[in-house]
Amino acid sequence: MPTTTTRRLAAVTAAAGLALAAGCTAGGDRSGQGPASGEKQTIEVWHGWSAPHEVKAFQDAVAGFNKAHPNITVKLVNGQTDDRITNAIRGGSPPDVVSSFTTDSVGQWCQSGAWQNLSPFIAKSGLDLNQFPRAVRSYTEYKGIRCAMPLLADAYGLYYNKKLMKGERPPKTMGELTALAKKLTVRASDGTIKVAGFMPSVQYYEHQVQHLAPQFGVTWLTAGGRANFSGDPAFQAYLKWNKSLIDWYGYDNVKKFLRSMGQEFESSNPFQKGRTAMAVDGEWRTKFIQEEAPGLDYGTAPVPVSDDRASAYGGGFITGTVIGIPRGARHAPAAWEFVRYLTTDTGALVTFANALGNVPSTIPALSSPKLTLPPQFRTFLDVFKNPNSSSTPPTPNGNDYVVRFEKFTQEEWEPGKVGDLGRALKKLDGEVDDSLKLAGG
Amino acid sequence: MASGSLRLPLPGTRGGTAAARARRRRRLRTLAFLSPWLAGFGLFFVYPLAATVYFSFTRYNLFTLEYVGLDNYTYLLHDRDAWTAMRNTLWLVAVLVPLRVLFGLGVAQLLTRIKRGAGVLRSILYLPYLVPPVSATVAFVFLLNPGTGPFQTVAARLGIPLPDFFNDAAWAKPGLTLLGLWAVGDVMIIMLAALLNVPASLYEAAAIDGAGACARFRHITLPTVSPVLAFSAVTGVIETLQYFTQPMVAGKVASGRADLPGVQYSPGYPDGSTLTFPQWLYDQGFRQFNMGYACVLALVMFATAMAFTVFLLRRFRAFAGEEAQ
Repeated sequence: MPTTTTRRLAAVTAAAGLALAAGCTAGGDRSGQGPASGEKQTIEVWHGWSAPHEVKAFQDAVAGFNKAHPNITVKLVNGQTDDRITNAIRGGSPPDVVSSFTTDSVGQWCQSGAWQNLSPFIAKSGLDLNQFPRAVRSYTEYKGIRCAMPLLADAYGLYYNKKLMKGERPPKTMGELTALAKKLTVRASDGTIKVAGFMPSVQYYEHQVQHLAPQFGVTWLTAGGRANFSGDPAFQAYLKWNKSLIDWYGYDNVKKFLRSMGQEFESSNPFQKGRTAMAVDGEWRTKFIQEEAPGLDYGTAPVPVSDDRASAYGGGFITGTVIGIPRGARHAPAAWEFVRYLTTDTGALVTFANALGNVPSTIPALSSPKLTLPPQFRTFLDVFKNPNSSSTPPTPNGNDYVVRFEKFTQEEWEPGKVGDLGRALKKLDGEVDDSLKLAGG
Repeated sequence: MASGSLRLPLPGTRGGTAAARARRRRRLRTLAFLSPWLAGFGLFFVYPLAATVYFSFTRYNLFTLEYVGLDNYTYLLHDRDAWTAMRNTLWLVAVLVPLRVLFGLGVAQLLTRIKRGAGVLRSILYLPYLVPPVSATVAFVFLLNPGTGPFQTVAARLGIPLPDFFNDAAWAKPGLTLLGLWAVGDVMIIMLAALLNVPASLYEAAAIDGAGACARFRHITLPTVSPVLAFSAVTGVIETLQYFTQPMVAGKVASGRADLPGVQYSPGYPDGSTLTFPQWLYDQGFRQFNMGYACVLALVMFATAMAFTVFLLRRFRAFAGEEAQ
């Protein structure tokens, strides 16, 4: 017969077990975990920015938070990546706030509880989520679990060098882009490329498949969440356009040109050096040009669309930086105060957007008169608001389907190793689906 | 019962005779002295290996775990990237390891002949090995870059066409091999120690018998340094099977893509030619969080290393035995 002590011990053990179980589920309310936000404490914040002006911008944004919350000291750690964040959470010693440049891992983080469900925090502070555009709300949650908040956004557009354009208007369709690219290309006597009108290869920095294929109206996944490369003719349209322009340049010339380029985030970037007349890039390039090539006379426009989708002109690929509180954060209330300030305070967002050259992610900040970005930036604000803009859908294994399509394009399609394109895309579908299945998708 | 095994007293007995007690005490003493190593071996080898085997039957993304039977193993059979990575790794094992051993031996042999300034030369040749692999790889890629690298620029001016290392799929692995030969100091130094240990009297006797330089090298030098050759080959194979840093850095730097979250980079640039098995393992485990499958890849790597080690040790034993006859 159990004694009173034994019963008490059993009750305490059961209670502890229940508390532990509750704490270990993805949706557990941990909004009160750690000292109250009014107490004196230090929080650690990990972010991915690494360029000097980017790091300084983040520090400037935090300065406003420090004034508002003098009791909270913020320790910033820059240059962090998704895998480091995940490993820190798994290792049990995560920082209090984490951020990522992409939405690729949001699905996994929300589903597994690696990033805390922010709904209890949002409910407690009465935050209105309608201040974020709908597209932004959708890429910061997964299957109804909101584990991330948007911190600025990225939109992609077409940059064109006005001097090299020789008075031509920026193209609106892929047909116009192709014709203009050929017209503006300058070759050496041996046929090699001196100035590329437009370099279609996926190996050209931001000309990755997810930035150009959407302009052909591709649907990445089927309704059942499976690969759609062979099912959607838009993929073939994109690939054939890519190959026709590459063949016009000559694949060997393209390779030679690509190999002669410098690093993407250095002043040797070929667009900044006048080696490409037109290029697709993110809105941050405006800031880099301001810093590294202030004399460059350039304009921006939305990325052209396929000739049969002229009405969709104006949209583009959009994504954004996300920020959240990892499982195991020791100062959750203070961390939430920081996240809330940085993602919703118009002053902070505008300061940050001005300094980084990113798109602000709230509706009030988007229309703030204090935005002092260069005139070329207007394009990206318009692309961001355009209903035809899209992002890549989340899956249990992040953007693996995009990576595989990119690899196929780069290693098999562009060099001309593919005989039957339909069959090759079917095979790619199979590989993507197998990989999804491996990850539990 | 095999000698050396632990023999515990039967239940109910008091430990047997005095001699048996002394034997048991001796064994316990031996075990006590061995225990730090045994603890380390269990904690850092047996347990991780057992855990790897266990996780290989699960779908584990670092947060949730689910038993999936042999699914991860069957996936390996048609994972094209894994086989590409295996082919690249075996290419490096077959080419880089023998070249490093032979080159190290050759350089060491030359150093034994040099009378003046041998110490300085030895240090100069050993220095590249001390350069951190990331720095060395970045420097190599920049020096050989066709657009901005001084090597290519100078060669072009001289009219000598240099291959496009690190940007051409056909030349990327030879480029990595060059990098490995440049940092051959580790092999060179142990070869040098082995060569300096060969008794001079053997060479003198062979010379009196009329043996030429080749015969002396074949019948005296090689058999004497064969244990060191075996050691270099085995450690070289194990290191090359784990070759990660140099191809990862070379691929990233040569591709021009920044290593930032949001910038899509899949290891193996150009065209999968530098994708090694550990890189694919890392990609699966720490980028895609397919930890279960990454464990399968780790077991394959372990089995391959074991097979190579056993094979090489047997070959060298046969070689040494043949020489002894």
